[in-house]
This record gives sequence, C-alpha cells and structure tokens, in this order.
Amino acid sequence: MSPLPGYLLLSAFVFAIGLGGALMRRNAILVLVGIELMLNAANLNFIAFWRFGAHPEALTGMLFVIFSIGVAAAEAAVGLALIISIHRHYKTTNVDEMKVLKG
Amino acid sequence: MTWIVRNLWLIPAVPMLAAGLGALAKQRHRAFAASLAIGAMGLSLLLSLCAFAHALKPGPDPRQVVNFDWFQMGDPGAAGTVVKLGWVLDPLTAVMLVMVSFVGLLIFIYSVGYMARDGNFTRFFCFLSLFAGAMLGVVIANSLLLFFICWELVGLTSYLLIGFWYQKPAAAAAAKKAFITTRIGDVLFLLGIVWLYSQAGTLLFYDGSGGGCLEQSALDALVVRTTGAGMAVSTGIGLLILCGAIGKSGQVPLHVWLPDAMEGPTPVSALIHAATMVAAGVFLVARVYPLMAAHPAGAAAGTGALEAVTWVGSITAVFAASIAVAQTDIKRILAYSTVSQLGYMMMGLGVGGVAVGMFHLITHAFFKALLFLGAGSVIHGCHEEQDIRRMGGLRKFMPVTFASYAIGMLALSGVPLLFSGFWSKDEILHAARGWNVSQAPFYLGAIGAMLTAFYMTRQVALVFFGSNRGDGRESAPSSQEAMPQATPEPAHLHAKQGSPHESPAVMTIPLIVLAVFSMLLGFIGTPAWPWFQAFLKGESASLNFARFSEEGVLPLMLFSTLLVFLGLGLGWWFYGRKPIRRSDEPDPLAVLRPDIFALLRNRYFIDELYDNTVVAFNAWWSRACDWLDRWVWNGAVELVSYAVIGLSWVNRFCDEYVVNLGFDEGCRRLRLGGKFLSSLQNGRVQNYLRVIGIALAALVLFLIWGCRAS
Repeated sequence: MSPLPGYLLLSAFVFAIGLGGALMRRNAILVLVGIELMLNAANLNFIAFWRFGAHPEALTGMLFVIFSIGVAAAEAAVGLALIISIHRHYKTTNVDEMKVLKG
Repeated sequence: MTWIVRNLWLIPAVPMLAAGLGALAKQRHRAFAASLAIGAMGLSLLLSLCAFAHALKPGPDPRQVVNFDWFQMGDPGAAGTVVKLGWVLDPLTAVMLVMVSFVGLLIFIYSVGYMARDGNFTRFFCFLSLFAGAMLGVVIANSLLLFFICWELVGLTSYLLIGFWYQKPAAAAAAKKAFITTRIGDVLFLLGIVWLYSQAGTLLFYDGSGGGCLEQSALDALVVRTTGAGMAVSTGIGLLILCGAIGKSGQVPLHVWLPDAMEGPTPVSALIHAATMVAAGVFLVARVYPLMAAHPAGAAAGTGALEAVTWVGSITAVFAASIAVAQTDIKRILAYSTVSQLGYMMMGLGVGGVAVGMFHLITHAFFKALLFLGAGSVIHGCHEEQDIRRMGGLRKFMPVTFASYAIGMLALSGVPLLFSGFWSKDEILHAARGWNVSQAPFYLGAIGAMLTAFYMTRQVALVFFGSNRGDGRESAPSSQEAMPQATPEPAHLHAKQGSPHESPAVMTIPLIVLAVFSMLLGFIGTPAWPWFQAFLKGESASLNFARFSEEGVLPLMLFSTLLVFLGLGLGWWFYGRKPIRRSDEPDPLAVLRPDIFALLRNRYFIDELYDNTVVAFNAWWSRACDWLDRWVWNGAVELVSYAVIGLSWVNRFCDEYVVNLGFDEGCRRLRLGGKFLSSLQNGRVQNYLRVIGIALAALVLFLIWGCRAS
C-alpha cells in the first residue's frame, strides 16, 4: 500500500490549517504565517507526488520544491517588508483596517 | 407778434409752478405757501394786464394765436395727423384773464385771513394755485383739446377743494357729487369734441390761416352736413358741448352739485363756485359761439344750439332763483343765486351773443365773489354760524362787511344806475326782448330778476337787520334737524361764545376792493358807452347818450327798475318791516303759503328725485353687475379653473405612474446592483481570500463530481 494518501491527507490538513489561519486571523503577520503554511502544504504535495509518482529517479520534484521554497522565502521577505511599511504608516497590523490602498 | 403773445403760456404756468412748489412745503411753512401762491397770482395778474393792454391796442387782427405741434399720429406729413395745441389772445381771452387773475388774487389774500386757523393751510394754497393755473389755461386755450384738459383739471381741483374738509362726511359726499355730476356733462362734451374732430379734422379754434374749427371754411362744411332728423352737424356738436357747459355751470338739470359744493371753505365757494369755474361753462359757450351760431342762411341767431342755450339758461334763472327764496343757509342762498345768474349768462349768450353773456359774467364774478367773501366774513364773525335765522343785527357788529355786502346785494339785485348788475342784466333782458323766436325767456328773466331782488333783500334783512338771534342757538335743536345742511364747519371749531365781531383787515380789504369794482364795472358796458361789447367785437366805442332813447331801451330799463324795486319792496315788507325775534320763528312766507314754501325749501325735491331715479337705478345696476360678476362670470371662470385643475391632476398621474415609474424603478435597481457590487470591492483582503477559498472548494467539489461522473 502506497503511503501517498497519508501524505496527501497531511498536506490537506496543513493546507486547511493555513487557510483557516489566513482567513480568520486579523493580524497581518499571522495571516502571512497561514499563507506560509499553505505554501508548505503545497510543497509537501509536490514532494509526495514526486517520490511516489511515475519517475522518482528524476530530480524534477525536488528541484521544483527547492525552487518554490526559494520563491517563498523571497515572498515572505517582501510580505514582511510590506507589513512593516503598512504598520509604520497606519500604526496597525489589523487587516480589516487596511482597506484603502491610497495612503 | 409781441412778447406777451408768444409767452402767454406763462400766465397759467406760473400758478401751476407755485402749486408744484407749494405741494413740497411742509404744513408749518404757512407764510411760504401763502406768499408763493399770492406772488404767483400777482405775477399772473401783471402778465394778464400786459395781455389786456396788448389786446386794447387797435391792430389789424384782434386775434393772435400761437400754435405748436403736440404729437404726431401715423405717417408724418399726412394731413390731419398732427395734434396741435396752442393759445389765443383775443378780447375774450383778455377780459377773462384779467377777471380771473384779479378776483383770484383778492380771494387768495382773503384766504390768508379766513383759513388762518386751519391745519392744512399749505395744502389749501397749493390747491388754490393749481386751480388758478388750470382756470387760466382754460381761458387761453386755443384748442378744444387743451381746453378740455384744463377743464378737467379745474374739475379735479374743484373736487379737491370742495372736499378740503374731508373729515366732514357732508363735504366728502358733496365733493363726490360735484365730480360725478359734472362728469355726466363732460362725457357728452368729450363726445362732442370727438365728433368735431372727426368732422373738422382739427380741434384748434383758430389756426392763423383760416383753417381752425371755428373759422368760416370749417363752419361752412359743418353746417351743410346733416345728421339724424335733419339737424346740422354743427348744431349736434354744439348741443353736446352745451352739455359740458351745463354740467360745469350748474344749469338745470345738472345744477344739483353746486349748492352742495358750498361745503367747501368759503373762499373756494367764492373763487370756484361763484366767480370763475362755474363761469367756465359760460365761457365755453362764448368761445365756441361761432359754432353754435353757425347757420346755413348766415343768420346771427336762431340756430337749434343757441335756442337750447337760451331755454336752459332762462329756465335755470327762474328755477334757481325761486329755490333761493326759501333757503336758510347763507351760502346756499348765494349758491342758488349763482346758478340763477349763470342761467342769465347762458340766456344772454343765447339771445344776444358773446358780448351780452360775457358782460354779465364779468360783473357777476365781481359782485358774487364779493357776496361770498362777505358771507365768509359773516360766518367767520359769527363763529362758524351759517343759518341766517340765527344771525340778525350784524350791521352794528360788522360795519365794513355790511357796507360791502350791501353793495354786492344791490349789484346782484340790479339796482339801477350805480351798480354793475343793473347794466349787465338789463343788457340780457333787452336782448331777450328782441329775440325773434319766443318772448318767454324775457318774461322768465324778468321774473327771475324780481325774485333775485326779493331773496337778496330777505337775506340781508335777516342777517344784518333786526336783533341778534345768535344766543338762542343752543336751545333750538329742532331747527338744526330741520336744516341738516346748516352744519358748522368743523375744521376750525373754536370757542363759540362772545358776540359777533368784524373780520381782520386781510379779509375786509379784498371786500372793499371788490365792492368798488362791483359799482364801477357797470359803466364799461352801458348802452350809452358800450365799450365792453365793442371791445369783444374788436371795434371802438363811442359815447352817445342818444342810444338810451332808441329801440325801447328806456322803457325796458324802467320796467326792470320797477321789477327790482318791487322785489326789494316785497322783501322788506316780509322780512324787514317786523324782523323775526327768535331763530325758530316760522318764515313769514311759510305762514302765507306753507305748501309752496315747503316745495321751495326742499328744492323742488330734485335731489330726492335724482336719488330715487338716477342714483337708485345706478345702484340697482351696480348690484346687478355685481351679481353678474359674482355668479355668472366668476362661475364661468371658476369652472374653467376647476377644469384646468382636473386636467393637471390627470397629467400629474400620467407623469408619476406612467412615464416616471419605469424609469425610477430602473434607476432603483441599478443603484441596488451597484451597491451590492461595491460591497464586494470593500478592500478587505480576507474577504477576497474567502472568495478564493470558497471558489477553491467549489472547484474541488466540481472536480470530484466530474471524476465521479466520468
């Protein structure tokens, strides 16, 4: 029996946690944390599908995930920088109060 | 053309200007207002004397006119479209100018004393000046239109001055009555003017080149044209113009306003309702005399218009004189006397031509102004008492007034030789004697002359002779009721005690001057030296005593002298021989013939007749019109308005529920849609994320479903 469904279920669970966090939290940093969780759940899916897929000998899934993690790091940096900048401007991190793009 | 002819307009303009300035004066500027009015009148008198002197100079043409274009109607250059006005200086104008401005000046001076206690002194002088200006305008007018304009101005000032004490209901009513009654005549007068304009094409009396409506070419045309019933057009127009004169001069049947007009201040009665304005009617007839006398055969008298003038005048002369016999108000007696004398003037114009009527007009103006001013002085001296039954014995208290009043009375009665009234009245009777249509006017005039002497004797006897009955006046309320018109003048109600007193010099001096003229003026028109008559005709007069003996002049004079002394004697027999002792004692005539006396006392019930016919009909007609207005026209108008309102309701319904409904609903839906859509774009990141999440879930479910299905 392939352990793939277990990975997928874990991945779905993590994704759900991330989605819930992103939707329910009001703090922007925690919303970002939720997004990171969802991203990592997706990475986990990539790895799982690669490892138990048709061509585990090719390193395509690994490369994809490493690339994705790199992009996620950059994205987290940009996101945090935005949040800090918004916080400086509005003196808040509550996403409900960040409705206006025009400063 | 000399300076005075070119500037004749200044004579009416100066008092008009004074009236304008006087209107700006405040109530307390009494000296200013009075001196302004008197100064303007004096200036007018000087100019009038200049004009008179000019008219006296023998020239080739005794009549000089100045005309100017007033306005243009229609195309320029076309005939008959330019309305011209102008003034004329001829002997008729000249004598009237001097008379009006001279009598006017004296009455202005007198008014200073008479109105001294009145609060509206400045207003009074403003009106007087306006009147004088308008009257002088009537005199100089060379166009029937200008004549009519000034004529109406005169009517207006008459209204204003009769109603000067407007807080007194009787005065307000009298003013209204005077205005409306004369208006009846004036409407017909205006019709005559319009008719004349349509026939002659001009309203100028004389246009300097023979084209005026009173000149031969126009008259020839007017005479040959006939209107309904074969009457010449000139006669028809003459009759209509006569109607205006009847209204203004208080002739029968429009005489009712003149006695009531005595509610005005006494100087007004003297100036307007005795000397000048009422004479304007006579002057009008004298002015248009060529029109009235125009006859195809060229005869001097006997046209329908002149016959009407004669009959109206002679009937009025007797009619009014008989009423005057029974009146008790000092001013009303004089008022009826004025009506009667105006009748004489009309009669004189009708039977004898311009000179005869105008001579009586001029002499009458002086002695009647004198009598009115004397009556004013009596009223003033007796503390605003007007009822002659409560006077008596004033000879001792007011010697100057008595002397001048007696002269006026003798002149009016026509006492021979020394007094002007004799000569002018005799002239009229003489002309009436020679009238070729009927002898009735002569006898009517003779009866009138006797009645005049009688009632004047009665008045003088009651006022100046006997004993003073003024003290019993408070105990005689019944006689106050019997004579409602004998109300005191309330404008200067003041302490009513003390014996009668003589008036101040400012009032007596005009009396003396007028008295002198009342005596002397007769000598300018005696049969021996008919200067006045010749002057009006533009000829020169010569002194010739032989004229007394021709054409029955002397017998007629004896006859009229007899009549006058009969009247005087009868008057003295009834009233002077044994004067009444108390004010409520019945009149000797009333004892003799109570029925006739009551008829005369009540003025032949003419006022009541008018009240019950003309006035009642008018009131009924007004009510009918009111009913028509209220129920028929108003109903129709309201019906239309309700129809419009109903229509607009329908219109509004269509607008609101048909046109607007779909549009409004569309707008509302669009707005709701926009609101919903804009709520999606509320800028909350998590909302977007939720949508993405839901969409993801939906996608997952769809994919799962799709896998199942396939």
